[in-house]
Amino acid sequence: MAEFKRPDGRGIKEMRETEAKVGVVPNADGSAMFRTGKTIAIAAVYGPKKMHPQHKQDPATGQIRCEYNMISFSVDDRIRPGRNRRAMEISEITKWALEPSVILDKYPSQVIDVHINIIQADAGTRCAGINAASLALAHAGVPMRDLVSSVSVGKLDKTLVVDLTKEEEDFEEGEGPTDIPISMTSSGKVTHMQLDGKIGVKQLQESVDLAKEACEKIHEIQKKALKDAVDMEGKK
Amino acid sequence: MDRKVVIPGEIIVEGDDYLPGDSTEKREGKIFALKYGLAEEQNNLIKVIPLSGVYHPRRGNVIIGKVEGINSAGWMVDIGAADSAFLSMMEVPRFVNKDAMEEVFDIGDMLIAKIWTINRRGIDLSVKSRGFGKIEEGIVFDVNPNKVPRIIGKEGSMIKLIKENTGCEITVGQNGTVLIKGPTIDDELFAKKAIMHICNKSFISGLTEEINKWFKEEKK
Repeated sequence: MAEFKRPDGRGIKEMRETEAKVGVVPNADGSAMFRTGKTIAIAAVYGPKKMHPQHKQDPATGQIRCEYNMISFSVDDRIRPGRNRRAMEISEITKWALEPSVILDKYPSQVIDVHINIIQADAGTRCAGINAASLALAHAGVPMRDLVSSVSVGKLDKTLVVDLTKEEEDFEEGEGPTDIPISMTSSGKVTHMQLDGKIGVKQLQESVDLAKEACEKIHEIQKKALKDAVDMEGKK
Repeated sequence: MDRKVVIPGEIIVEGDDYLPGDSTEKREGKIFALKYGLAEEQNNLIKVIPLSGVYHPRRGNVIIGKVEGINSAGWMVDIGAADSAFLSMMEVPRFVNKDAMEEVFDIGDMLIAKIWTINRRGIDLSVKSRGFGKIEEGIVFDVNPNKVPRIIGKEGSMIKLIKENTGCEITVGQNGTVLIKGPTIDDELFAKKAIMHICNKSFISGLTEEINKWFKEEKK
């Protein structure tokens, strides 16, 4: 097969330009910004603190509460802000993606609040949100077994590509687009995987391998963001 | 081993010579960091000093809290932790009129207290010692509770330095609340500035000398 041409000229394994930063929300216990291409996510973590309402307290373990939200100006047409069905699904998905790596049993009856805001959207917002949230949790001093990195793998016609843009997500030719957001820890354990479209078993395995490669790169960026935050403060 | 910044999930050292300490975990002979912070080795014990995070109450900690409720048995105190603390009437070394408990501590009053016990039901405080009790004057502000050891310094060297240079009386609660009492407001604000400076510079080794230098420059 001839080399597949992506609309923005990237290679099939190439991610968009990625940037991460911690400590962007001074009032929060921990916060982070994660940008990939034109998608920008900001995550703020509060807690661990006492769970309210009281009936949701779990005396056996702590809990994570995620809130994903797209800011009204994040897309071309104004999006109505606040909770909607999509935001609720992504909030829950983010929680499931992060939960396996966070050590919560030391915080009974407590909750860690994670607020994710997408200030600019160009596909892959849930992945950017998970990346930012994982960084923010680490920045907040929450004990974790590993950082979680997330990337979306897509199938455009028959070619697998990494880190889709909105333009690619709307690809219409051939078999059409398939979007597979995958989150994993730095040791390669998958914590979250979704699939929107059609794909064969063999290609699905391939896409997990592709995601693993991309997540390693993202993990390096996350690592750098956390380590740079300290040195800068030391030199000041 | 030098101090280094670690992130959750990072391998600090490999091998069976080392033991995992605070905020670390041993898996398959490797010691992993569980928190974002500075990794340190002491007598083969590896530990991570966290840079951030909410205050974790420990028994014996001296804290500065705010009264947020009164009931017939005592006062509820907000100490900046997930659980709120309780100051029993029995732990106040003076006569308490049960009909006028707000005369001793009213809602909104700030107080210096010691954590007496921590159990499943909550945290119990005590003010039965010299230096504890209601705060009558001075300025109170919050810092990152993880920086409290830096402000106090080794055996109180840093806090002594600030006291000498500003003439203020300073109480640092383990929960990150600081009380400054000085002859004038300007002295108090100067001491606050010094403490904020320490928090920003807390990664530097030889911090006490650095602050000594800072005081000389600021006093010019």
